[in-house]
Amino acid sequence: MILRLVVVTLLAFMTLPTVVVIAVSFNPTAILSFPPAGFSLRWYENVLTYPQFQRAAVNSLLVTGGAVAVVLPVGTLAALALGRGRLRGRSVWTALLLSPLVVPGVAAGLGFLILAAALGLLRSRSVLIAAHVALVLPFVVRSVWVSVRNLDPALERAAASLGATPWRAFRRVTLPLLRPGLFAGLLFAVVVSVNEFVVSLFISNRVTEILPVAMFTYVVNYTDPTIAALSSLFIVTTFVVVWLADRYLNLSRVFLQH
Amino acid sequence: MKLLLAPAVVVLAIFGLALAALFQWSLREFIPGSLQTGGLTLANFRGVLAPQYLGAIRDTVVLSALTTVLTLVCAYPVAYALARTPSRRVRSTLLVLTIAPFFTGAIVRTYAWVLVLGNTVVTWPVPMLFTERGVLVGLVHFSMPTMILILAAALSHVDPAYERAAASLGASPARVFRRVTLPLSMPGIVSGGLIVFAWTLSAFPTPELLGGGRVKMIANVVRDLGLDSFNWPGAAAFAMLALVLTLALLTVVGRLSAGRTS
Repeated sequence: MILRLVVVTLLAFMTLPTVVVIAVSFNPTAILSFPPAGFSLRWYENVLTYPQFQRAAVNSLLVTGGAVAVVLPVGTLAALALGRGRLRGRSVWTALLLSPLVVPGVAAGLGFLILAAALGLLRSRSVLIAAHVALVLPFVVRSVWVSVRNLDPALERAAASLGATPWRAFRRVTLPLLRPGLFAGLLFAVVVSVNEFVVSLFISNRVTEILPVAMFTYVVNYTDPTIAALSSLFIVTTFVVVWLADRYLNLSRVFLQH
Repeated sequence: MKLLLAPAVVVLAIFGLALAALFQWSLREFIPGSLQTGGLTLANFRGVLAPQYLGAIRDTVVLSALTTVLTLVCAYPVAYALARTPSRRVRSTLLVLTIAPFFTGAIVRTYAWVLVLGNTVVTWPVPMLFTERGVLVGLVHFSMPTMILILAAALSHVDPAYERAAASLGASPARVFRRVTLPLSMPGIVSGGLIVFAWTLSAFPTPELLGGGRVKMIANVVRDLGLDSFNWPGAAAFAMLALVLTLALLTVVGRLSAGRTS
């Protein structure tokens, strides 16, 4: 059938770069060739021993860890406010909470750079964390909101009528029911923050830069397959995470729901 | 309920402050060789339209328009398969293949195209890397997941019974598509097209790496001015241009979809 052939071709177009990156990462020489002339793990060794990548990996861990620790509770509370009870101007609030999503990266990046310079925070990771929190917030709010909407308020009322304090009802009833949304939010927050590049490029230097920025600098300056090896590690991790997420969270519900 | 929003308001306020700083600097006079600025001026916005930048603005609009059309054409069949397949297994595979690039970061995806376009896999008959052609390929690839998801959502609203009805009345598959499926999926096509166009207008990593300094879009000019020339006021004016264009287009999308649901 023609449609099937077309779809397979298009999927090949979408996955081709991934396949090439993984193949090239095992290339034995610094001169890129496809298919590779042999098999070597030297570029993986290079990734793990290159000092700037080690430093950037630590920065990524600090920035993403810090941002996620802040954004998960903040986003969850906001999603609860949007999804429950009376809230005046709900659509305005929704638009505001999702707004960081639509601001071009260079605009946000330059804005944070100017702000950081004004506050004397150019060498600080706190600006990176603050920017990541804002950029990731829409994803967390959206994911948790889906769970909040599916929540039956009768369950909380039942807990309250059985004598649970509001806090206990929240902790024992609401929070466990929100778990799928919280997991999806956590997944998005980590993935988006770990891969954030444009804004981070503007507000980091060689000491504070996170992995995507360090990779960008490397690509611009060197042509050997080290980045192919690091990219392969990113790709494999991502596929495993997305596959697990699809298995346990049912991604079609998250993505194709309206 | 309002109290629950307080922490998020703080986050949004910081974000707003950054954009306010951007706006303020776009109106300040640039003093070459210094990060100090002079008084208020509109010179930066006049600078946006200077002859040396008109090419970048034209390229940005042309590349965004081409990207939008090509992405629509390439994403539609995949979205159709995703929305119509009866098999859960096929749907799952399509979805994972669609979403995975969405999750791999911009640098990994763009670097992959540096390899493919740089004659490592096949030798291209025409130069691809560091040309507008190459940037276009990268931009289409980058926009595919978003477009597929938007179109698939729109197509899942189109009842297949209409297509079956048209076919049973004697319409050829091409005619069914042209007269039934395509018009009914138009809302998705319009909003998907506008969203991809808006995002491509401010695309940065793809033209930066695949253009290799020879293809400049608006965002690359912002980087050059801001991080190489330290002309933050000039860069801010360009960034404001990108911001206003994007917000204007996405407001149109919001209006359209609000009009549909009401």
